[in-house]
Amino acid sequence: MNKPETGFKADTITLAHGSGGRAMRDLIEGVFVEIFDNFQLSSLEDQARIILSDLQSCGDRLAFTTDSYVVDPIEFPGGNIGTLAVNGTLNDLAVSGARPLYLSCSMIIEEGLELDQLKRIVCSMKQAADAANMQIVTGDTKVVPRGKADKLFINTSGLGVIPAGINPQASGCRPGDKILVNGFIGDHGATILNARGELALDVELESDCQPLHELVECLLHVCPEVHAMRDATRGGLAAVLNEFAEQSKVSVKLWESAIPLRPEVRGVCEILGLDPLHFANEGKLVAVVPAEAAASVLKAMQAHPAGRDAAMIGEVQADAVGRVFIETGFGGTRILDTLNGEQLPRIC
Amino acid sequence: MTPVEQKETAMQYVDEFRDPALAKSLLKQIARVAAQISRPANRPLQIMEVCGGHTHAIFRYGIEQLLPPNIELVHGPGCPVCVLPMGRVDDCIAIAEQPDLILATFGDAMRVPGSKKSLLQAKAEGCDIRIVYSPMDALELARQNPLKRVVFFGLGFETTMPSTALTLLQAEQEGLSNFYLFSNHITIIPTLRAMLEEPDMSIDGFLGPGHVSMVIGEAPYDFIASEFNRPLVISGFEPLDMLQSLLMVLQQISRGEARIENQYRRIVNSAGNDPAQRAVEAVFELREHFEWRGLGSIDHSGVRIRERFARFDAEREFALPNQSIVDPAECQCGEVLKGQLKPVNCRLFGKTCTPDKPMGALMVSSEGACAAYFKYGAPQLIATAGGEG
Repeated sequence: MNKPETGFKADTITLAHGSGGRAMRDLIEGVFVEIFDNFQLSSLEDQARIILSDLQSCGDRLAFTTDSYVVDPIEFPGGNIGTLAVNGTLNDLAVSGARPLYLSCSMIIEEGLELDQLKRIVCSMKQAADAANMQIVTGDTKVVPRGKADKLFINTSGLGVIPAGINPQASGCRPGDKILVNGFIGDHGATILNARGELALDVELESDCQPLHELVECLLHVCPEVHAMRDATRGGLAAVLNEFAEQSKVSVKLWESAIPLRPEVRGVCEILGLDPLHFANEGKLVAVVPAEAAASVLKAMQAHPAGRDAAMIGEVQADAVGRVFIETGFGGTRILDTLNGEQLPRIC
Repeated sequence: MTPVEQKETAMQYVDEFRDPALAKSLLKQIARVAAQISRPANRPLQIMEVCGGHTHAIFRYGIEQLLPPNIELVHGPGCPVCVLPMGRVDDCIAIAEQPDLILATFGDAMRVPGSKKSLLQAKAEGCDIRIVYSPMDALELARQNPLKRVVFFGLGFETTMPSTALTLLQAEQEGLSNFYLFSNHITIIPTLRAMLEEPDMSIDGFLGPGHVSMVIGEAPYDFIASEFNRPLVISGFEPLDMLQSLLMVLQQISRGEARIENQYRRIVNSAGNDPAQRAVEAVFELREHFEWRGLGSIDHSGVRIRERFARFDAEREFALPNQSIVDPAECQCGEVLKGQLKPVNCRLFGKTCTPDKPMGALMVSSEGACAAYFKYGAPQLIATAGGEG
């Protein structure tokens, strides 16, 4: 039987859609339940109910993570806040080696958001989840008055299962290990900066927002003992490597000229005096692997579309614990520190 | 596997100036010429790079550790953010705290501490402070917000002065009545003179600022050679530019010469940029004196808005606290600026003075010597820890 077209007719979201009454039910059933389309949501219970034996067949530990997404603008070249909310949480699960399975989706909507835009975002969440065989099984919606939020905030939590024997950890780096990254660095950060329209730079940039679970699977297939793995989101490559160096009590040496960087991203950074190694990525991971496995891991990564431009960018050293050094293409060396607050352009 | 297997598309006009092979050849020549210059024992040649952009590049590319040990780079006062006195930041915050007002500033200034807070903190407390990339963006804010006063925090040397001047001329032409400029523009020449007049001045030669020179040309530096017998070479900002300029300075010293030379000819015209100079001349006039953080008050080193543009002048429009805040007595910024002390040897460095909570001028921006040491590592640390592999 076709669904009646009564569902949802408003053009914009109003406070009524968060009031708990009829309008809210219309929004939930007419947008979220309909688009996310799975039996857990359709049953309209207050919680998803997940069968334990299904989980147990995938591994021996649950991976559970949560992240909130705020981005301005909410739609940008290469993605939107919805694709970020799915892929970001999915990737946080994936870099533990987990098979990502379920997501929650909680939205805080500023009144006045256009329904068409909300639907576009919800549809792209559904597509991103489908592409990774994940289901969005529980959720919540709040609407706040104008000015109390910026268009749309999304929180997603993710549940996955880690196969037995897989245990990458930030404290696992060992001297001699090689450091790999799966492609161009800084695309997302540069895209968002440019999408805000303040720079008026005429460059073609796209966010690298993508799921990494398949790439991780390929990588673990050739190197199940991968020592450390993180997705390099906020704070960029610099933040991840500094965390590795501190937690593993080692130092990291990077080769600047080996780090994959698009000319467009370099250009933006040259003009504004910014460092792409601090830019956020939304589809890049850093893997630290034993030296003897590095070549085969790199090959496996490059064979997957999400790792086509993968590169070996550095190595782990024993001395100067907690530091990240970068050997510049020019032949000098400097420290690469974690960012202290937001990166600000240098003009004067 | 070698580290550099993957070669990106070269970025034209940038990669040519970062070629490691050419750098090696220049470094060899530098070492050879430096060895020919006779020095008293334990006294290295001190070469000052005046401009903060150079300081940044030196650390960004790790240039200092590549130089022979008998050359010491002294990181000069040419970072306009570092030398901005706390009192001026306080004034700026007092402006930003006015109702129905938008303060527009370069991002560089956001973290500079005033006596109580920075612009970043003032913004968090509710002031409407916007980061712009050009003073023209501030003018656009004024057009879009006719019911608000929009104040541009004008900052920098002759590099940014012309764009501020042109913006004011544009505002006048459009008859905008809600646009103001808070001028903190400064000029480097009087400060160089003041430093050279110090009795304990030990700098042997200078790398001259590239972008400032693009505007003012070569002539304003003549006194450095003629009166103080020191060579100065106007330098570009890419690492090869700086090595070549350094070599030119050393060659002069080894031949006993002191001249003003221009390495950055692809950008710097020997007469400077005439339209830019005229715009600056039309809008600004020299102040009697201006305070520099770390160096104190220096005669004729700042500019203010001319009477003709008085209605755009934030200093006339707003009642400002106008307090001079003295640097903490323990600060040794002045000695570091003059090359008498290395940042790491300052008693406050990394202890009570850090980029998070700077006590002194040079810890304020990444173009300041101390912040650069803190962020990118003192050359000695890099040489012992990061140099291998």
